[in-house]
Amino acid sequence: MLLIPCPWCGPRDEAEFHYGGQAHVPYPEDPASLSDEEWARYLFFRDNPKGPFAERWSHAAGCRRWFNAVRDTSTNEVLAVYRSGEERPATPEPRPVFSARPGVPPLGEFEDEAVQAEGGPGGAAPSGVEGAEPLQDGTGRGGGGAAPISGSAAGQPFRHATRGRIDRDTPLTFTFDGTEYRGFRGDTLASALLANGVIHTGTSIKLGRPRGIFSAGVEEPNAVIQIEEPFPEPMLPATTVELYDGLVATSLPGQGRLATSPDPARYDAVHAHCDLLIVGAGPAGLAAAAAAARSGARVILADDQPEPGGSLLGTAEHLDWVQDVTRQLDAAPEVRVLPRTTVFGYYDDNHLLAVERRTNHLGAAASENVSRERVWRIRARRVVLATGAHERSLAFADNDRPGVMLASSARTHVNRHGVLPGRHAVVFTTNDSAYAAALDLASAGLAITAIVDTRPEPGEWADRARAAGIEVLPGHAVTGTEGGDDRLTAVTVAPYGESAGQRQFAADLLLVSGGWNPVAHLFSQSGGKLRYDETLGSFVPDTCRQQVEVAGSASGVMDPATVLAQGAAAGARAVEAEGYTPETPRLPAVPAQPRPTPPMHVYVVPGDTDAPRFVDLQRDVTVDDLARATGAGLRSVEHTKRYTTAGTANDQGKTSGVLASGVVAELLGVDISALGTTTFRPPYTPVSFAALAGRDRGALSDPVRTTAIHEWHVAHGALFENVGQWKRPWYYPQDGEDMEAAVLRECRATRESVGFMDASTLGKIDVQGPDAGVFLDRLYTNMMSTLKVGMIRYGVMCRPDGMVFDDGTVIRVAQDRFLVTTTTGNAATVLDWMEEWLQTEWPELKVHCTSVTEQWATVALVGPKSREVLGSLAPRLAVANDDFPFMAWRETTVAGIAARVCRISFSGELAYEINVSPWQALALWEAVYEAGAPYGITPYGTETMHVLRAEKGYPIIGQDTDGTVTPQDLGMSWVVSKKKPDFIGKRSHARADTTRPDRKHLVGLLPEDPGTFLPEGTHLVADGVLPSPPVPMLGHVTSSYRSAALGRTFALALIKGGRDRIGERLYAPVGDQLVPVTVAGPVLYDPEGARRDG
Amino acid sequence: MAETALTVPLRSPLSQVTDRLATATRTSGGAIRLAELPFLAQLNVRLDAKGAAAEAVGLALDLQLPLQPNTAVRAGELTALWLGPDEWLLVGPPGSERDLEDRIREAAGDEHVSVTDVSAQRTTLLVTGPRAHDLLAHGCPLDLHPRAFGSGRCAQTTLGRTQVVLVARDEPRAGFWVLVRSSFAGYLADWLLDAATEYV
Repeated sequence: MLLIPCPWCGPRDEAEFHYGGQAHVPYPEDPASLSDEEWARYLFFRDNPKGPFAERWSHAAGCRRWFNAVRDTSTNEVLAVYRSGEERPATPEPRPVFSARPGVPPLGEFEDEAVQAEGGPGGAAPSGVEGAEPLQDGTGRGGGGAAPISGSAAGQPFRHATRGRIDRDTPLTFTFDGTEYRGFRGDTLASALLANGVIHTGTSIKLGRPRGIFSAGVEEPNAVIQIEEPFPEPMLPATTVELYDGLVATSLPGQGRLATSPDPARYDAVHAHCDLLIVGAGPAGLAAAAAAARSGARVILADDQPEPGGSLLGTAEHLDWVQDVTRQLDAAPEVRVLPRTTVFGYYDDNHLLAVERRTNHLGAAASENVSRERVWRIRARRVVLATGAHERSLAFADNDRPGVMLASSARTHVNRHGVLPGRHAVVFTTNDSAYAAALDLASAGLAITAIVDTRPEPGEWADRARAAGIEVLPGHAVTGTEGGDDRLTAVTVAPYGESAGQRQFAADLLLVSGGWNPVAHLFSQSGGKLRYDETLGSFVPDTCRQQVEVAGSASGVMDPATVLAQGAAAGARAVEAEGYTPETPRLPAVPAQPRPTPPMHVYVVPGDTDAPRFVDLQRDVTVDDLARATGAGLRSVEHTKRYTTAGTANDQGKTSGVLASGVVAELLGVDISALGTTTFRPPYTPVSFAALAGRDRGALSDPVRTTAIHEWHVAHGALFENVGQWKRPWYYPQDGEDMEAAVLRECRATRESVGFMDASTLGKIDVQGPDAGVFLDRLYTNMMSTLKVGMIRYGVMCRPDGMVFDDGTVIRVAQDRFLVTTTTGNAATVLDWMEEWLQTEWPELKVHCTSVTEQWATVALVGPKSREVLGSLAPRLAVANDDFPFMAWRETTVAGIAARVCRISFSGELAYEINVSPWQALALWEAVYEAGAPYGITPYGTETMHVLRAEKGYPIIGQDTDGTVTPQDLGMSWVVSKKKPDFIGKRSHARADTTRPDRKHLVGLLPEDPGTFLPEGTHLVADGVLPSPPVPMLGHVTSSYRSAALGRTFALALIKGGRDRIGERLYAPVGDQLVPVTVAGPVLYDPEGARRDG
Repeated sequence: MAETALTVPLRSPLSQVTDRLATATRTSGGAIRLAELPFLAQLNVRLDAKGAAAEAVGLALDLQLPLQPNTAVRAGELTALWLGPDEWLLVGPPGSERDLEDRIREAAGDEHVSVTDVSAQRTTLLVTGPRAHDLLAHGCPLDLHPRAFGSGRCAQTTLGRTQVVLVARDEPRAGFWVLVRSSFAGYLADWLLDAATEYV
């Protein structure tokens, strides 16, 4: 959501504004002197540049002022705003592009020295080695020494006896694919399945291959499941579903299934504003929050997990520091921590959307009062993205079996959930990070059979693994896997790039690490540019125009101490820039790490194989599929993505995107840096439509506008028609009447005696000022300034193109004051139109326009007996025709209520419109009903109103017109002034196009069979036999009714040269029939107007 | 209308919702208070802020029309809300609209001043209580933090799916006035009651 700075009100959401097209296109001084071509140029031609463009905007939902803005059409940046009438300022420079990673060393520089955090003791032994000091500086619940697998945890054979952050006192029962299992609070569905020895969670979408839990987070491509109970929800990664009691889920081969019953849960939204939004509560995000927490700045920290810690929860390091910072944040009054909250979209002007899962994890125990999910609409002065990194997979043969898992994810399952994903693992890596995972897993009791490293010299980490008794195979790669449906059984290994020298290891787990991809999704959505980082072999955030910094592994930095320091610095910089004083937070001491060895960039594991090497597991896209794409000539990852569907599944290629780029680069023989990635678009993770709809559904999906008399209509059985947002009584059926019968009855009663309707919805605008008459003369096609006080005139407004735009009556209230009425649906548009001309073209006119639509309620009293009814209610009003003539208005008292009564008619009958305060309108309505009772007064709705007006040939703007119809086309030349030098639309009425004889005219149509009803929209053709297509169309039916007064059906239609065809027979194709119709004049009832005066 | 008001009682746009607003207020245990303030006098005043009329009108009303955008000035029973550079909404006690209009017109003399009675155009909702901010934040895109929208601030903006005039009352605890077009008032009351679900 763009912020547009109103010159008066300051920055507001773009939704408050209306666009007004190119600025500085003044209305010609003398339109009459222009040629058709020059006039057309003014009407229809506008610049369309790329780059800075001066345009007009109206702060429509705010101060209603028109102003000008210079907007860069390629970036949407609003470069300048200035008031209407002011000169366009020199175009300012766009916002500068700046580095989003000020704390990060330059391109490609490898950090071969571990950076020490402040105050760190350093030198402690790494974690994960049996008997060594634990890495963490405190006693988090995870980590710790080796522990046996617990065989007794409620029949969960893979549950670790001590590790994990699960609540072992709260056992939960759940069902997956029909089998009941047990888990604990704190499990995900995935971890609980793993604890029960279940890793196979479904089959793949295209090939039907067995697939297993691959990760421990949102990047999961395989374990996508359907929740069946308590409420059906499709396509959720099991790694993100928090376990609750009574959860029933099934595996999903492909598409999910939406619920067939309405979702009973509530959903809502909140607008939030902050100085600093931090996305991600891992080490970098927490350090940033700690630096900002006590500065007084308004800080929001959003994280998708139930508790802060991020990757530290998975490694079980520094958990007491996490707890400390969390406490600090909870105590800071201006800091809001949002757990279970995924920031999924990053839009203009630091507007970010997040979804908070508030009660999903409670299952059936969720409170009905609390929204299940909440969308946060966050406007942040500054943003720190600490979104971490996703581990990358590798493309090797049969790399998709259940039991193949990302290395760090296995570690997360152990330390967060107390679950060992297998018993015997082979680790396959291209980089150091898998060693820490392997050592930690070994210390947890998982047998690490071998570490297969593609690097010929894996360095100190390998030494450490060997010291822990783990075999390391440098310069090797996994070339194949074996296994059944349930799980992997063996891993084949060979020297890198060779087929000879194969070894096979029995294993039920293959842990893979192909390197790390910074989670740059949000940064990229913000408009940030990525660049290739040689060290990582992936793409990292580079520059951006928005106020955003990226910290931690999201910026490509993997060293823990640097991550922490960078986060703290980013948080401090952000609040400092907003005028607050940050503090230097305590950061945990990070022990010295083994000297790092640069990763090797491997995407496709070389070697001949017939087995598929999967790139995108969720879409079943293999290296061969991508080869077919490049073989077909595709050279861009955007194209290979569309050709193969790689990266288009609901995981959006989180584990496969960069891998696919790497594979395509290899296939094309180019460098991956030249190829780039596909575009990141919101949402980062799928968001349910229910969450996006929030409370804008059902009765609240769109505002309902009602009049002061609405309850009466409801109580008297009215059916309602939506007109704009108004609910208008449509008709009032009685005793089982259908619409046709009800409308015929209402029409008959009104024409023969008296009817009344609620006309309060008509738009009303008060126009005041000494130039009010001049102003209205320019807006309306006819003359308004000559109207006498006390009188009323009907008027038509056109757009500059000469087409009818609105119509209504104008009342002259005083010499310098008019009351203008508009059609119901057009009131706001007409007022905006008036303001636009006043503010941008005619600021010299002394006139003000104010909406008074709801200031008045209007009761239309219609029919030959209306004078009697009015007379009985308004004893002081002289109602005789001579005293109160047609198109006059009077102020009086009706039923004891101060009223302005207008003698106008939209039916051809004697009629009055009684205007009163809406505070007394119901009393008036009831009084009219009572006073009319002796005459059988009948309430009628919009349908009867439409019939009565159509019988008289009165058009409804927007029904009988469509923006291509002039007053002359409507047969209303009488309403177009010949005397006025100019009015809006006048010049267009002289264009060649508007004077064509074959323009469509509004005419009446009488079907030859008086019972035949023509549906609105029916076309009209000349002949009784349809020629072969294309059939020349003469026009179409705009209104069609059954008339009680005429005793037959009739219609209005726009027909080419229609007025010259009166009396002609035309044909209307209705279904298979060609219905013969006769063209008639538009006024079918009382053409001489005898009924108007009663 | 003064004479007829005695015989024909006035009905406000939210008269049908009064009980539901009161129930929500009661069950929220003080967290929020919702009520309609019906029939307030409201006048739309248009004049040149730099012209002679501005001062004359200010003197006549004993209240300076605010010139700072999106601010409100209160004096006695009158509140003037900035709606635009030449537009204000003057809010006074019920029934005072005639008198106020007369005073403004008299003070303006021959100056170009427009005064329009819009008392029934909008009704006023009182939204107060410790959770008032939170309640409005469900549907209002403006920053309502006291730092950004403290006492003396007003704004025309959107709430839910309708336009409103929002006024921060004098003391932070006094909450907000929400002025809404009468035809939208039922929708907005339903919306507020729904948004208040978690607080009641």
